[in-house]
Amino acid sequence: MKKDNILKRLANKAYEFGFVSKIKTEIIESGLSEKTVRLISEKKNEPEWLLEFRLQAYRHWLTLKMPSWAHLNIPPINYQAISYYADPLKKNKENKNKEIDPELMKTFEKLGIPLEERLALSGTAVDAVMDSVSVKTTFKEELKEKGIIFCSMSEAIQEYPDLVRKYLGSVVNYRDNFFAALNTAVFSDGSFVYIPKGVRCPMELSTYFRINAANTGQFERTLIVADDDSYVSYLEGCTAPMRDENQLHAAIVEIVVHDNAEVKYSTVQNWYPGDAEGKGGVYNFVTKRGDCRGRNSKLSWTQVETGSAITWKYPSCILRGDNSQGEFYSVALTNNYQQADTGTKMIHLGKNTRSTIISKGISAGKSQNSYRGLVRVSKNADGARNYSQCDSLLLGDKCGAHTFPYMDIHNNSAVIEHEATTSKISEDQLFYCNQRGIGTEEAIGLIVNGYAKEVLNKLPMEFAIEAQKLLSVSLEGAVG
Amino acid sequence: MGSEQEYIDIFDRHRELIDEPCAKLLNDERAKAIIRFKATGFPGIKEENWLHTNIAKRFSADYGMNLGRVEVKAGTHDIFTCDVPNLRTHQAYIINDTFHPGNNGKPLPEGVILGSLNDVAENHPALLAPYYNSLAGKGDSTVQFNTAFVQDGVLLYIPKNIEVEETVQIVALLQANVEMMSIRRLLIILEENSKASLLLCDHSSLQQQSLSTQVTEIFIGRGASLDLYELEETAGNNTRVGSLFVRQDADSRFNHCNITLTNGFTRNSVEVSLEGKGAETRINGLAIGDKEQHIDNRTLVDHKVPHCTSNELYKYILDEQSTGVFAGKMLIRPDAQQTVSEQTNRNLCLTSCAHMYAQPQLEIYADDVKCSHGSTVGQLDESALFYMQQRGIPAEEARHLLMYAFAGEVIDSIGIDALRDRLHMLVEKRFRGELNHCKGCTLCK
Repeated sequence: MKKDNILKRLANKAYEFGFVSKIKTEIIESGLSEKTVRLISEKKNEPEWLLEFRLQAYRHWLTLKMPSWAHLNIPPINYQAISYYADPLKKNKENKNKEIDPELMKTFEKLGIPLEERLALSGTAVDAVMDSVSVKTTFKEELKEKGIIFCSMSEAIQEYPDLVRKYLGSVVNYRDNFFAALNTAVFSDGSFVYIPKGVRCPMELSTYFRINAANTGQFERTLIVADDDSYVSYLEGCTAPMRDENQLHAAIVEIVVHDNAEVKYSTVQNWYPGDAEGKGGVYNFVTKRGDCRGRNSKLSWTQVETGSAITWKYPSCILRGDNSQGEFYSVALTNNYQQADTGTKMIHLGKNTRSTIISKGISAGKSQNSYRGLVRVSKNADGARNYSQCDSLLLGDKCGAHTFPYMDIHNNSAVIEHEATTSKISEDQLFYCNQRGIGTEEAIGLIVNGYAKEVLNKLPMEFAIEAQKLLSVSLEGAVG
Repeated sequence: MGSEQEYIDIFDRHRELIDEPCAKLLNDERAKAIIRFKATGFPGIKEENWLHTNIAKRFSADYGMNLGRVEVKAGTHDIFTCDVPNLRTHQAYIINDTFHPGNNGKPLPEGVILGSLNDVAENHPALLAPYYNSLAGKGDSTVQFNTAFVQDGVLLYIPKNIEVEETVQIVALLQANVEMMSIRRLLIILEENSKASLLLCDHSSLQQQSLSTQVTEIFIGRGASLDLYELEETAGNNTRVGSLFVRQDADSRFNHCNITLTNGFTRNSVEVSLEGKGAETRINGLAIGDKEQHIDNRTLVDHKVPHCTSNELYKYILDEQSTGVFAGKMLIRPDAQQTVSEQTNRNLCLTSCAHMYAQPQLEIYADDVKCSHGSTVGQLDESALFYMQQRGIPAEEARHLLMYAFAGEVIDSIGIDALRDRLHMLVEKRFRGELNHCKGCTLCK
């Protein structure tokens, strides 16, 4: 009885960030053609080489079919019904970037994103991206003093074309996959980070992505370059309004890590997951890849995936440099009708490369949660070491938890371990908590947080707290 | 389409010849299978289940097919004496793809049938109709190929409450002096509360290229129990495409051990469907590869009902340029609560040219389950080697000891003492490189 009441109360609790901001936004006509690609490029005043790059990708995309190998049930997507560019800044064209529409400001305030300098105390530099455009980047000047470049991609293309041209598409080629080709053709904005040699970035860099306009897709592109002996920690967060129709988010994140450099990339993904009946929600089809080019380089992915109707992404590490390290820590939570097929790829190319994969899946409601990962050790990657652990927790008897690891080993000096377990929260654990006066709902939150702790501990402080709250909120209504 | 078109042409041209000696049951299923085969052809290497095994290429060689049922004159016990010492068995042979009765000592218990699949299908169609191709009908296109071309095989039928005490041994032999394809079929039916153990040996030492496709369907009734041991000892020019389908009813037990000692190119697929509560299944495998051997094992354990247990252990030892592929899936359907399922895959790569592809998979739709899998790829433990050398065991001997112990875990799961001892011996010989041919048979000499 009591359980039922808790269930009802919580099932009615809505997605916190589901509001729509009333901001005048310029949206181009929906549909995708060579004309659209040219229009986006023109609006952003891009150089000729970039337009050519986009067109190449677009022509290649036309030859591709949407892949169907994932353990996902994706309704057909009409790529002609989506608008590929939405610009909430257009209204203030004359004083662009100087004075931001107060509505827009309010939106980010509401989301708890510190865009105002008075919030400098939070100590995080933020690039806020709404729909297709970067709204504002904070702390730019302070970072510039150290030689760090942190700006929107559009700005980088104008101001640092050589750097962008050198690295753009060097990790994720447009031929890589269907969504990489699509993104390369129509990408609108995103963040660009360059950390010069020997610099340790003094603050966390963060990008906040928000989809606001209806019937649009978000196709952002992030490029992070860490030069020799540098360090940066980068955070990414995302939300979207509640809508009955599905929205597409197909991004690319490219990371280049040079000698002795380290990049830590953390994501708290909270796109709108759809309602309890599985209506609406964001399709999150993202290609994220880092290239550890340098010796002793290190790349660490941490992700907390709670949102999106469908998540389909594999943040990967190419361990090219000798002694390079890749890490992947993930918590993926699915509830109601959400589906996730996520994991990582660790490609060992250099000698003495190491990788660690810790993946924790939590499925509730009628959701399907899959881990899919590849560990490949190439012929010359002597002394490669990998440890993978994938655990799944099932809450309820209507959901699914799946594990699909792939191990391709071409070198006899490799030591590769993979283990996976699937279980549910035991009655004993719940009873123990109940006995000590902790309610069932709270106990489940406690146990799940404990279960995910190994990953949450890897997140930067502020994010860890947010992620912890998010886990409890996303689970609400799942108890039963 | 490549080679499949040639096979389709052969089929269309010789349809009458293929149908003529066969029972109606086989021909009816053949008609359905060829339609499915024509629709898909052989699987390509882009298909998830065939990523590392290019089977279409193996079928493209020009093999002879014995569609006209030309009789092979063989005194089976003359050519095959590789028996297991101290193990009395009921024997049957499949020479190329034709059934030959063996030289049996003790008669089989009453009601037990060990005979030609085609003959039984001809004489007792009602007995086989509910079973034949009922599991394999959903198989992939290599299985459809087998159903379309198969003309004979072995049937083992054990009625209710009968226990066959002596092991049944079915030996598949290839005998020809041309490039040869053998298409064989096994149907094994255990009625309620019956019990048997079965040893399948796959031998070939043809000088020419050969390919054998083998489809086995096994039905284990309520409370019945089957031990199945498959041993492959073929030559480097042999391709084996084996598919095993098992259906288990309530409280039944199935213990399977598949050992690939020597081979050329092998693909084994095992699908176990647990359809009755309390069923228990154990599938083990050991693959030892060197030269350019290719060993692909694919397993699926489908838990359809609650309270079933499955346990899986596959081990690979890969030397020289050999390739190992393992893909094991545990599928727990929504109603299959209280399932306990465990899968382990351990692989040793001994050279830098050996390749291992491992895909242990879990697909789980029920919450009250205990499922786990583990997979490792590595080498022999340096410190263990050092420890043994310290105590005066030469490096080479220490390596053998460790490898032998590694393989031992699988061999020890074999329930027949005499067979287990024999396999320990064979595996040890294999590591020492003394097992190029089995020395007992005329074929191998």
